Amino acid sequence: MIAAVLAGEIQVYHELIRPYERSVYLMALSYMKNKADAEDVAQEAFLRAFRKLSTFRAESKFSTWLISITINEARTRLRRQARIRMEPLDQLPDEDKGVSPALLRDWREIPSEAVEREEVRNLIQRAVQQLPGIYRQVFLLRDVEELTTSEAAEALNISIPSVKVRLHRARVMLQKQLTPQLKTVNRTPKRRWLPWS
Amino acid sequence: MVIDCKHVWNYISEYLDGTLPDETRDTVQKHLDHCEICSAILDSTRNVIILTADDRVFELPVGFSERLHARIDLEFMGIAP
Repeated sequence: MIAAVLAGEIQVYHELIRPYERSVYLMALSYMKNKADAEDVAQEAFLRAFRKLSTFRAESKFSTWLISITINEARTRLRRQARIRMEPLDQLPDEDKGVSPALLRDWREIPSEAVEREEVRNLIQRAVQQLPGIYRQVFLLRDVEELTTSEAAEALNISIPSVKVRLHRARVMLQKQLTPQLKTVNRTPKRRWLPWS
Repeated sequence: MVIDCKHVWNYISEYLDGTLPDETRDTVQKHLDHCEICSAILDSTRNVIILTADDRVFELPVGFSERLHARIDLEFMGIAP
């Protein structure tokens, strides 16, 4: 499809990008933290990708290339808005500051059906948004968008060990925050016997 | 080799991904076989990952696709002869 677009069949570009809309939007959202800005960044990223499609090299996956463009677009936007936090782009995680999980003796699995409830979806979204940026981005790419470790490393321009450490920390942070909260919302209400009136 | 709970926690992620070296994996597994707390941590982490990865959690905003493709069409109109 890329060859077709480059050969002048530009309408094919619509079909080319459809499978990647969510990945690009989520990556934009992980930087912008605001749905309107994230959508704008995602649109810009797709437009930029179209304009520089001829520079795409097949040694990368198209999805990874798109995500790199999205990240650059988001960073440029944040810099312009002077809202960028002073976070080095490939900061090595601080090994001294360990993250520990939530200890729960009476843990019970939360079934996937729980996600149908808006309350549960909001809890999960909020927990992911509250992760520090460097962990959130790796988590979204690896566990939500299911990129491989090396693809995530390439997209974020960081090393493979950094991806692994950040993913581990993100997962443990989410377990710590979400497990107690999900336990509470998943509690089924006790049946109440109402007196006959 | 015997390891304590805190060491096991460091291996949770790679254990779940199946990327631990065989020897380390066996050591972690032995610990998990008798430690209810670490087993619950591992299972709850796996559960959180599965829930978060559910397509229903992070959905595109309503109308996202339509707006995106309309904007791309505008771009194309600028290119067309």
